[in-house]
Amino acid sequence: MSDAVSKTGRWIDLANPTRFLSLAGGILPWLGGLTVLVLAIGFWMSMNAPDDYQQGSTVKIMFIHVPFAWLSMMCYTIMSVAALGTLVWRHPLADVSAKAAAPIGAVFTALALITGSLWGKPMWGTWWVWDARLISVFVLFLMYLGIIALTRAMDDPAKSAKATAILTLVGFINIPIIKFSVDWWNTLHQPASVLRMGGSTLDPSYLKPLLVMAIGFTLLFFTLHMMAMRNEIWRRRVTAMRRVAARSADRGTVS
Amino acid sequence: MGALFLRDVRLGLRAGGGALVGILFFLAVIAVVPFGVGPDLKLLSRIGAAMLWIGALLATLLGLDRLFQADRDDGSLDLLIMASDRHMLPLTILIKCLAHWTVSVLPLVIASPLLGLFMNMEAAAIGATALTLLVGTPAITLIGAVGAAVAVSLPRGGLLVSVIILPLTIPVLIFGVSASYGAVEDPAPFLAPFLILAAITLFFAVLGPIAAAAALRSSAD
Repeated sequence: MSDAVSKTGRWIDLANPTRFLSLAGGILPWLGGLTVLVLAIGFWMSMNAPDDYQQGSTVKIMFIHVPFAWLSMMCYTIMSVAALGTLVWRHPLADVSAKAAAPIGAVFTALALITGSLWGKPMWGTWWVWDARLISVFVLFLMYLGIIALTRAMDDPAKSAKATAILTLVGFINIPIIKFSVDWWNTLHQPASVLRMGGSTLDPSYLKPLLVMAIGFTLLFFTLHMMAMRNEIWRRRVTAMRRVAARSADRGTVS
Repeated sequence: MGALFLRDVRLGLRAGGGALVGILFFLAVIAVVPFGVGPDLKLLSRIGAAMLWIGALLATLLGLDRLFQADRDDGSLDLLIMASDRHMLPLTILIKCLAHWTVSVLPLVIASPLLGLFMNMEAAAIGATALTLLVGTPAITLIGAVGAAVAVSLPRGGLLVSVIILPLTIPVLIFGVSASYGAVEDPAPFLAPFLILAAITLFFAVLGPIAAAAALRSSAD
């Protein structure tokens, strides 16, 4: 603990859960308000975006689908950083952060899959294609669920934190492997109608709403993440208080 | 280390025939496939390599939770962890994985050519599938060691280990199957996916034991 104090200067302010709670309490209303504002602007912009000449109005699914997909990746990255924080720096809030992020990431991944399949039905004519991109996202979803299952399987948060952190890191190393398999899978099997979308090929009338929506959903993620972390800290405190209460009650009856 | 290897191999062969059950499971899975897809020999020969791989993957996952749990039950796992200042713990785990692989997975690889005949596969395809299984299944065991170590303190971790490990083994499956198809179908390459498969195995031979050692240490104290 002491070497962590000397190393991490700025982060140590947040290491104290009480200080984190007060900070979160101060930031959360502003963050929430900003999220609503940006999302409203993004929604308005995406409603006013022109219809695509081929895809019609279904192109607007992109404005929620792409941010969900980005966030599902970003959330796993944040969890991996938190896992590093648990294992290397032993930051006391790192495992709270990882535990709180996992369900949110799973939901974002599921939403990316659902909106993608809703978009795929009119465009590709099918709900689901065994395309490399879809598979890798689906695998990510499964990994989220595995991590959540492992977190919930153990009673002691200190023990489950390390186990989950190790699993998260191993899973993160797997992500580039899955990403590289994209090319292999497509060359070996007949290439499905792959969704290719570079930022440069996108018209500004679509790019701007997309970026605003992406920022809005990122803010939404951070808001939810902070709320979930606050809940987790409170939950642990309640558990600790219950234990203390049970111990003292026990002592009172016995002696 | 040699003594540990021999001990684990002996235990695996003796203790309730745990190794044999894996092979039986593999046989059963492969035997069920023709009932599921129908006795169409052409179709069977086309999906044969994939079915052999999936069967081997499931059979490998089946015994993984026993990798550390039996040792934890009788206390020898604590001794192994305590001896880590003399023998590096990741090395110990690597030896344990190798012993586990020799006992419960190597028989599957040896049995796979016979099952390939059942699936009406060509000789080249059978050889390629057996070779890719030989190279690829250690990676599954080594990845599984992480899952087994993470879940070692859980009373009923068996199913959880499979759930955790399965997404991580998908790259192994992809490259294994594509290499076995590459040997038969003409435009698809064999060597490139095969080499990547070997690289995955070597990579997890380093990463798996290190991560498993970290998980075991944290579960012990």
